[in-house]
Amino acid sequence: MVERKIVDPEYLLHKAPREKKFLIGNEAVAEAVRRANIDIVVAYPITPQSEATHIVGDLYAQGYIKDYYRGEDEFAVMSAIAGASMGGARTFTATSGPGTLRAFEMFPTWAGARLPVVCAFMCRGVNSPLSIQPDNIEIGWLMDTGMLIFHAEDPQDFFDMTLIAYLVAEQPDVHLPVGVCVDGFFVTHTREIVELPPENEIFPPYNPHLSPVPIMDMETPPIRQMRDPFVMKSNYISYNTHASWQQEVRAASIRARKHITRYLGSAVEVTYPEANILLIASGTAAAQARVAMEQARQEGVDVGLVKIKVLRPFPEAEIIELAQSPERIIVPEHNITGWLAREIKSRIKDSGKVEGGPRVFGGMTMPPKIIFDKIKQNGRMM
Amino acid sequence: MKKGITTISPAFEDIMPEEYRQLVAEGPFGKDLGLGDLGTFKELIEEHPLCAGCGLALGIRLIIASLPAPENTIVVGTTGCSAILFPQLAMHNIHSLFGNQSAIATGLSRALRLRYPDQPKDVVVIAGDGGIGDIGFSFTMQAWFRNEKFTTIMLDNEGYSNTGGQESGMTRQGIALNMAPTGKKYPKLPMVELAKTAGCAYVAAVNPSLARRLGKMVRRAVLVAREIGSTYIQVMVPCPTNYKFSPSETLKQAKALNPQPIEYISAEAEQLLKEAEK
Ligand SMILES: Cc1ncc(C[n+]2csc(CCOP(=O)(O)OP(=O)(O)O)c2C)c(N)n1
Ligand code: SF4
Repeated sequence: MVERKIVDPEYLLHKAPREKKFLIGNEAVAEAVRRANIDIVVAYPITPQSEATHIVGDLYAQGYIKDYYRGEDEFAVMSAIAGASMGGARTFTATSGPGTLRAFEMFPTWAGARLPVVCAFMCRGVNSPLSIQPDNIEIGWLMDTGMLIFHAEDPQDFFDMTLIAYLVAEQPDVHLPVGVCVDGFFVTHTREIVELPPENEIFPPYNPHLSPVPIMDMETPPIRQMRDPFVMKSNYISYNTHASWQQEVRAASIRARKHITRYLGSAVEVTYPEANILLIASGTAAAQARVAMEQARQEGVDVGLVKIKVLRPFPEAEIIELAQSPERIIVPEHNITGWLAREIKSRIKDSGKVEGGPRVFGGMTMPPKIIFDKIKQNGRMM
Repeated sequence: MKKGITTISPAFEDIMPEEYRQLVAEGPFGKDLGLGDLGTFKELIEEHPLCAGCGLALGIRLIIASLPAPENTIVVGTTGCSAILFPQLAMHNIHSLFGNQSAIATGLSRALRLRYPDQPKDVVVIAGDGGIGDIGFSFTMQAWFRNEKFTTIMLDNEGYSNTGGQESGMTRQGIALNMAPTGKKYPKLPMVELAKTAGCAYVAAVNPSLARRLGKMVRRAVLVAREIGSTYIQVMVPCPTNYKFSPSETLKQAKALNPQPIEYISAEAEQLLKEAEK
C-alpha cells in the first residue's frame, strides 16, 4: 500500500493533476473506491460486476479498505451494508440485474433509514430467459426506491460519479443512498482513456456524527422511540408519520440538487439545445446518440443532444425547458420498457412530440445508424 | 457509551418525559446489574402492547435485564411480535426487514469493531422462530459459518404469531395451525444441533421459568460472542393467543415444552468463561 494523504474532496475531484490511464469501467470504479476511504465492502459474484469487486478485494488485501467479505446472496449483502452503515461505516458494494432484483427489498429500506450507501449497478438483462448481456431495465425499477440514481456513460463518468456519489450521499441534509448505474459490458468491459488523480490522495473519512439520524452505536442517548408502535395502530397519526417520512425522503432527494450541481456540474449535458430535433438519452445510449447526431448534422439535419446524468432527482425543470423549442424529441434506450421516454413524456406539456425509441435490449448493441435513421424519419415528418 | 451522555441539560429537565428522567436517575447503564436486581432499578422496557400472558414479552424482559453491558449493546430485531415491543426499548435497536437480521448484525458488528477497537460493543439478535428458522435461516446459518461475533436469541413460540398463528419450521410435527390445516408434516427444526454443527461456541436452550438460569446463559452467550464468535440461545416462549390456552398457563406450557435446559460450551469458551466468572 502506498503512503496515503487525506485531501479536500473538491481538490481531489476538480483540481488535482490527472494522469491518463487506459481502463475498463470495472477498473475505473475500483479506482474510485481506492480513493474514497471506504471502511467496509461486501461483495457477491455476478457478471458483469464481479471483476470490479475482485479488484476492490485486492485493495482490501493491500490495506486500502478495512473490512471485506463475500456475502451469501445479494439480499444479505445489501442487508449487511445497511448494518455497517447504521453502525457508522462508509460502505461500497455492487451488483447486476438478477442480483439487483434479489436484493430489492433493501433499496427503499436504505432510503427510509437514510443510509448514505453507494452501490454500483452494472446493469444486465433479467430472467427469463437467462441473459448476462447488457440491458438496463433494472434502472426503471430502481428509480422509485427513494435512492438517488446517477447514470454513467463511460469509464470516466463511472470513476467521477462514484466519488461524487459519496459527497452527495453524506451531506447532512441529504443522507440518502446513491445508485451509480452503468450499462453492463459496454462500460464495465470496454477499455477507454480515463483521467485519474494521484492514487495516494484520498477522501477524508466518513463522519457519522453528521448523520441526521442516530448511528446505532449506543453513543447517543437511547430513548424509547414511541409509546405505541405505529405498525399496530390504525389512526391518522400513524399513517401520517409514515406518509410524511416518505415525503421527507423525497424532499432530501430534492435537496441533493444543489450538491449535485456543485460537484457534478449540471444534471444534464446539452449540445445544440436550439435544434429542431432533440435526442434525449442517458448512459451508453447517449454515446451512440452523439455519433448519430454528428452524422446527421453533417447531412444538414438540425439535431441536438441532451445527456441526462442524474435520473433521481430527475432534472425536471431542465427537461421541461429544453423540450419547449424542438419539434421532435427522440429517446433511444437500452431496455424494452422505455423508462426514460416515460419519465420525459410524463413531465412535458406536449408529450406527443416524444418518439420513444429506438430501443434495444437483451444484449443487443445500439448502432448509431438506427438512431440516425430515426432522426431522418422524424426530419421527414416535420 | 460515554459517561454522562444520558444526562439531561438543566434547561430541559422539566419537559423530559418521566420515564427518561427515571432512566437517568435509576437506570441500569454502567451499573453491572442482573436479573437478581429486577425491581430495584428502572428497566429499559417501558410498557408494551403485547398480549396478556405473552411468553415472548416475558422472555425479552428477562433477556434485556440480563445483558452484561446494556450501555454498549445494540439489539437487532426483525418483523414479528417482538418488533412490536422494541420501539419501547431504551436501547439502540434496529428493525430492518423480515428475516435479514443476521446479515444486518454482521455488518453492524463489523462496523462497530472498526470504530471502537478498544470498547466492546455487543450486538444481540433477538427474533422469532419464523424469522430465524424459516425466512432468515440461510442468513442465520451463514453468519454462524463465518463465526460472526454476535449473539442470536430465538424467541420460540412454535409458529408465526404476529400474522395470526401459522405453522413454522419450529412447530412440532402433527400440530394443526393455519397453513397446516391437516397438521404439520415434518418435525421441529433441530436449531440447537444445527448451531453446534455450524460452529457456535456457545449454544443453549431454556424456558423463562428458569429465570436465573436464563440470565446466566444470556451473560455467557454475550461474553463468548464478544471474544470468540457466534453464540445461540433458544428460549421457549409459548403464545397463549394463537395456541389458545389461558394467559395464566404460559409458564406451565413453557416448562412442559422445555423441561430440561440445554447448554453446550466449546472448550475455548469454557476457558474464557472460567476466567470471566472467577
Ligand atoms: C418479507 C416478508 N414476508 C412476510 C411478512 C409477514 N410477516 C410479518 S410478521 C410474520 C411472522 C413472524 O413470525 P415469527 O418470526 O415466528 O415471530 P412471532 O410473531 O411468532 O414472534 C410474518 C410472516 C413480512 N413482514 N415480510
Ligand atoms: S400473539 Fe402470541 S406471541 Fe404475539 S404478542 Fe400475543 S401472545 Fe405474544
